[in-house]
Amino acid sequence: MSATSSTSLQETEASGSASIADDRANAAEIDASCRWPLLLLFTSGVLWLVLGSVLALIAAIKLHKGDFLADLSWMTLGRIRPASMNSFLYGFASQVGIGVMLWLMCRLGRVKLGFQWPVIVAWKLWNIAVTVGVIAILAGATTGFEWLEMPQGVAGMLFIAYAIFGIALVATFAMRRDSEVFPSQWYVLAAAFWFPWIYSAANYLLVIDPVRGTMQATINGWFTGNLVSLWLTPIGLAGIFYFLPRLSGQPLFSRELASFGFWVLLFFGNFGGLTGLIGGPVPNWMPAVSTAANVCLLVAVISNLWNWHLTCSAACGTSNRDAWKKDSVLRFILFGALAYIVHGVVAAIMSVPTVASVTNFTYAVVARNNLVLHGFVGMVLFGCLYYIIPRLAQVNWPSESSIRVHFGCSVAGVALLFLGLGAGGVLQGIKLAKSELPFMDVVRGTVPFVGLSTLGVLLLLIGQLAFLTNYFKLLRAFAEPMVRAACSVCCGCGSTAKSGVRS
Amino acid sequence: MNNGLLLFFGIFLSLGGSFWALLLAPQVQIGRAQPVVLEATGETYPAPRSGMAQQGADIYRAQGCVECHSQQVRQSGVNFEVWLADSGNAWPQLAAAMNQLKIADADKLITQVPVKLVGGLSMLEATGIASQLTNGEAKAQVVLATLGSDIRRGWGKRATVSQDYLYDYPVQLGSLRVGPDLANYGTRAVPVALALQHLYSPQSTMPKSMMPPYRYLFNKRPVVDGEKRAANALPATVEPGYEITPKPEAEALVAYLMSLNASAPLVEAPVPMPPVKSATAVLAAPVP
Repeated sequence: MSATSSTSLQETEASGSASIADDRANAAEIDASCRWPLLLLFTSGVLWLVLGSVLALIAAIKLHKGDFLADLSWMTLGRIRPASMNSFLYGFASQVGIGVMLWLMCRLGRVKLGFQWPVIVAWKLWNIAVTVGVIAILAGATTGFEWLEMPQGVAGMLFIAYAIFGIALVATFAMRRDSEVFPSQWYVLAAAFWFPWIYSAANYLLVIDPVRGTMQATINGWFTGNLVSLWLTPIGLAGIFYFLPRLSGQPLFSRELASFGFWVLLFFGNFGGLTGLIGGPVPNWMPAVSTAANVCLLVAVISNLWNWHLTCSAACGTSNRDAWKKDSVLRFILFGALAYIVHGVVAAIMSVPTVASVTNFTYAVVARNNLVLHGFVGMVLFGCLYYIIPRLAQVNWPSESSIRVHFGCSVAGVALLFLGLGAGGVLQGIKLAKSELPFMDVVRGTVPFVGLSTLGVLLLLIGQLAFLTNYFKLLRAFAEPMVRAACSVCCGCGSTAKSGVRS
Repeated sequence: MNNGLLLFFGIFLSLGGSFWALLLAPQVQIGRAQPVVLEATGETYPAPRSGMAQQGADIYRAQGCVECHSQQVRQSGVNFEVWLADSGNAWPQLAAAMNQLKIADADKLITQVPVKLVGGLSMLEATGIASQLTNGEAKAQVVLATLGSDIRRGWGKRATVSQDYLYDYPVQLGSLRVGPDLANYGTRAVPVALALQHLYSPQSTMPKSMMPPYRYLFNKRPVVDGEKRAANALPATVEPGYEITPKPEAEALVAYLMSLNASAPLVEAPVPMPPVKSATAVLAAPVP
């Protein structure tokens, strides 16, 4: 094992044998086939992320100071928050996730990406849809359903774009040249089918041909729960299952255990979304099903934890013991895995009715969502980006230190968001239950904790900007030879072109 | 698990499972609910909103009010109280019976009917006590009490149930309470003018409120002292020197807020109905 970080182009598993050299040549060809579609997906995904964080920061400031930007209707708190959430979910997490899944399917199946143009068309459609959707939310054209705020036409466009991505994913899987199917591929395939199902069913039943009464709340809860547990979670798990063994230099401890965890997630994950309705205006059996499902999901969390733990401890016996200290990708992946486990436990605890009667309607729910979205999904996706992007662009990351800044800021940001809002939320819930305390005091009591979360959002944003500048420097180095070549063709002067890029 | 086909079928089985359990089954149970006729008044519940309130619902949705306000009242259970509805004329016997049941200040309570005697009872205990006190003219009755902090906060008299939301689109239950619950805003007897002022400048009606102002739902015009203000203008003290009038959006939003009322007594959600001073008090609350 070399000391080079996996963020650099040197394949960490290089050992010089002929077959691996052959594989590496294949890997380079596969990366080259993914280059343009994936770089486009990643670039716009990261821009959406930063936009989402800026909006989240504005929303957080508005919770301290209601007067901030109060005269602009499209900057009102009730629009900024869903706009920020939709930027994150559809602009960043889904888009980058799709890119990562395409890459994993190609690498694990040992096939080149065969649908470059359709994927680029879908990328274009997807981003137009998210842009129109976010603007529509800010303009007040929201549907009013959580995480489905984008209006009907936009949802249709998003669905069509996804259909192209989904077909590319499944077709790439069908064309695989390696007969062995790795756990990451199970998760990618499951996600590829789950997303169109939940997105189309929820949009159909809520927006196109709406069901009546609290059935809407049931479907909305079903959708938000599934978007996390059967779309974003499988994406994150696919990343962890691929990179943890790869970067620690050890084969996965047990495929059987991984398969067990996979089926538990698949069959219980979809029932977990109605915990927000505990004590709410729906028949009691519905949230009770969700409580049971979230507790059952602990089995999947524990089996994955055990599997990863034994994989890592096998690696600790080798010279690769300190890999995580040197390898920034591994650090992101490990933190993501930790957040996944903590979230699984927290979600199970928060779905117990006695706990939910305290934590529902408080910032604790926001804290839990932040943990899974920024802590687990976000961190794993960043780990994947740090590994994949240099291989696509054939350029190393210009700055190793800004990766460390990004990691440090993200960890601190996620911790502040989760612990700050979590503690504030629990306190808020306990005070809400004491009806002798005036409601105003209950809400005022959350202000210091909201302050912590504002700091958390700010830290996340700083980390993301560190990533963004690093990424743009990388892209410039990637584009420079091309621009120079293009310029030398038309005017024959490479040097001026170079300065032109710099300016 | 190297068999792609097996994987595919497993995934589809899980899709199907989610359809049956959390989409079809709830739809069969609550998705086909119809308006009911209230026993107490004979009215159909819920009634559709007026046109103005319906427009207001759209304003509520478009501003994203749901991000901070919930519209659902939770209830942690029920218990029963015994009320003295009528003390009759055999006061000494009644007082003796009450003393026997360890009800303090019996003599004073008898003069204050209707009055609550004991609370926190089970149905069985309450009916037992009520039957011991009901003698001759004296009448004690069992009254249902709804429990929970939402109810103690005055956000509603009972839990909200599916029936309450039958005509709502979109149903905005909410998931965070930065502001108070609004499921029963219409029952709080807030004057329209005050509600409008709260929208324009929340801190002017509620000093520590964290609600952002919705000034963009209002028109603002400078006026000179003594100039006549429009009838629907906010009080001059809100912003001296200006006439602030609500746009139709603000008026619709307030009409919608005033229409929020989930207090009708339903079979699945009875409302506590203590005896009133009139002579013909009846056991109003249906007992589950």
